[in-house]
Amino acid sequence: MTTGGQGRVALTRDYWIMSLLLAALVAAPFLGLYPVLLMKILCFALFAAAFNLLLGYSGLLSFGHAAFFGGAAYVTGYLCKDLGVGPGVGILAGTAFALALGWVFGSLAIRRAGIYFAMITLALAQMMYFVWLQVKLTGGEDGLQGIPRGRLAGIVDLSQDLNLYYFVLALCAAGFWIIYRAIHSPFGEVLKAIRENEPRAISLGYDVDKVKLLAFVLSAGLAGLAGSTKCLVLQLASLTDVHWHMSGEVVLMTLLGGLGTVFGPLVGAALVVVLQNAAVFGRWTLVAQGLIFVICVLVFRRGIVGEIAALFRRVTRPQKP
Amino acid sequence: MIEIFGVPLQGLFGQLLVGLINGSFYAVLSLGLAIIFGLLNIINFTHGAQYMMGAFFAWIGLTKFGLSYWAALVVSPLLVGAIGMAIERTMLRRLYHLDHLYGLLLTFGLALIIEGFFFNEYGSSGQSYDVPDALSGGTNLGFVFLPNYRAWVVVASIAMCLVSWFLIERTRLGAYLRAGTENPKLLQSFGVNVPLLVTLTYGYGVALAAFAGVLAAPVFQASPDMGSKLIIVVFAVVVIGGMGSIMGSIVTGLGLGLIEGLTKVYFPEFSATVIFLIMVIVLLVRPAGLFGRVR
Repeated sequence: MTTGGQGRVALTRDYWIMSLLLAALVAAPFLGLYPVLLMKILCFALFAAAFNLLLGYSGLLSFGHAAFFGGAAYVTGYLCKDLGVGPGVGILAGTAFALALGWVFGSLAIRRAGIYFAMITLALAQMMYFVWLQVKLTGGEDGLQGIPRGRLAGIVDLSQDLNLYYFVLALCAAGFWIIYRAIHSPFGEVLKAIRENEPRAISLGYDVDKVKLLAFVLSAGLAGLAGSTKCLVLQLASLTDVHWHMSGEVVLMTLLGGLGTVFGPLVGAALVVVLQNAAVFGRWTLVAQGLIFVICVLVFRRGIVGEIAALFRRVTRPQKP
Repeated sequence: MIEIFGVPLQGLFGQLLVGLINGSFYAVLSLGLAIIFGLLNIINFTHGAQYMMGAFFAWIGLTKFGLSYWAALVVSPLLVGAIGMAIERTMLRRLYHLDHLYGLLLTFGLALIIEGFFFNEYGSSGQSYDVPDALSGGTNLGFVFLPNYRAWVVVASIAMCLVSWFLIERTRLGAYLRAGTENPKLLQSFGVNVPLLVTLTYGYGVALAAFAGVLAAPVFQASPDMGSKLIIVVFAVVVIGGMGSIMGSIVTGLGLGLIEGLTKVYFPEFSATVIFLIMVIVLLVRPAGLFGRVR
């Protein structure tokens, strides 16, 4: 869990990368890239970035983020399909649900630290899994299928992939911007201080529990935004989204891309989604995911972006003789 | 027919017995997790997969090599324990100087690998394992019928917990283990081979999981996802009971199993969530857990 020095230079560099990335994403559909795959990547990138806010910058390992992602997807799916609500309201409601659930989970989980925190979030998410399994309106094993994308504000037809793509891009960019600003705000500095040395942060007078809870709720809400958006893109909300495999997958994306790096989760998510889509590993997917976990933890802890950043630092700042 | 709150006694007793069996597995698995966590400071996510391996090795032993149930009860835990020790030596060992979370992530990855492998080899349906002849049938207790094998599972699990308690609290090796849990550096300076102790401890904790797996094979069948389903509940059990004491693990495990069994009879819609709900209540009332020390 490393962070580079975030001086003015680093900020300028980040702005350059973000502008280029945004320009590339705006142009992407015209370069022959399939919009639905791009949207799926965007949603998971936002999901992983929200998760990274918690693990990478606060040192809190949540093993239950599927509850927010999948829960929000169910809420949005149910509202849009069964109650005929528009996509904007549906996404807002899903995100609100994730925020509220995040507040409940967060309040409970921050009562214990470290390893217990991870176990509690996992157990709470599993409880939600059983709740969704039993509740009638989620369609049980079948899930909610054929969720209508609807019209945004009654005007823009989102069933057109291209329209939906720019809507999703705007949402994910906004979510990512919120995370980026949070990391580089005084609030973000307190988060890092807690991660590095919690007793010292307490002795400096910070209300550590409140800061942790705020980070948790923010992370949960943005994970929910990602889930709601994904539900409109794939027109599907199912038990897969709330299963613990999904919680593990977002950990994997973040770890592979680079914990505590700004762009790591985006790279990790893109890689994992593309590999899944191409079905490279076929029925060995589970084993391959496990192997990537093991390799990342044992020899590749900085992740892809972390390694590149370290290489970059070594090149630009040569060691003194 | 005797009824209690509108439920026939036989049905109630049957569910309570299943609850007690589940509770014994919770006890054995949370005990293993606690022993490993005490010395290694790692939460072993692979524990569920190792429980599943225990069951599968028993089944493979019986179908491929004609290994009897009683032999499997010894061989399977030894095998899983040996694999566990190899994992500790080659992988876990590299992570002790890092944040505890990396241990959780590594063992999570290992669990995915093992589960994925067994899915591919044996499919998702369960492999049935016959109850050994000596324990088939049942005993009529007058008011209910008690299947012998189920009674054996409970007795064997509790016995295994008590043996572990004796090993840890009453033997020299156990004294080393307790000393290592308190202060490994000091123990090493007294000339005890702490790295070896760590390896053996991991092997023992994992072998306990495999032992429970062999016991489970005739009751639940051997299936690749039997472990991951169980381990999440066991995590909740560990949060409820805390990992402070062995007796705490036994009492919490059995108690929660019984409560789960009772819920199945009276409020079946809550049977899957009741343990998680109890965890929530414990976190609100007594965050350190029922028997826990804050660490």
